[in-house]
Amino acid sequence: MPEIHWLKDVDAALAQAKAARKPVLLDFSAAPM
Amino acid sequence: MPVKAHIKEQKQTFQRFNAQWTPTQIVLDPEGVERHRIEGFLPVDDLLAQLDLGLGKLHFQHQDYGEAQKELRSVCESFPKSGAAPEACYWAGVAAYKGSNDARHLASTAKALKEKYPDSEWARKASVWSQ
Repeated sequence: MPEIHWLKDVDAALAQAKAARKPVLLDFSAAPM
Repeated sequence: MPVKAHIKEQKQTFQRFNAQWTPTQIVLDPEGVERHRIEGFLPVDDLLAQLDLGLGKLHFQHQDYGEAQKELRSVCESFPKSGAAPEACYWAGVAAYKGSNDARHLASTAKALKEKYPDSEWARKASVWSQ
């Protein structure tokens, strides 16, 4: 399974998604870091 | 575009998207509009089914009924025991109808839901199509 490269900057991700016409998956977590 | 927000690092992102519990996953369309929300832990297959359901709903809401059907049918076929399956089957039927204007898609969806998921809310919602 390919590794997921999670972004942390929501606004940057939204801008990239808009430019690429891709959806965004936003994952809210409280798991230990 | 996968984005992770941690409660200890990005409380303002939680507030911005009204995330009240963890884990929560939100599927946004390319314009940043929320199309699907998953709240609470799910086993892997249930989570994958919910993510496909979210993509299907995203395509449906963009009136791309062909892609919507593809995503939604994949939930019904690949994850038939998941909690998302009855809802996905329902919306796959609606997408088929809206893409073709052929009401037989609704009747066959109602029949399939009654057979596969007779106790589900989605079978009851679809029951009106078989009358």
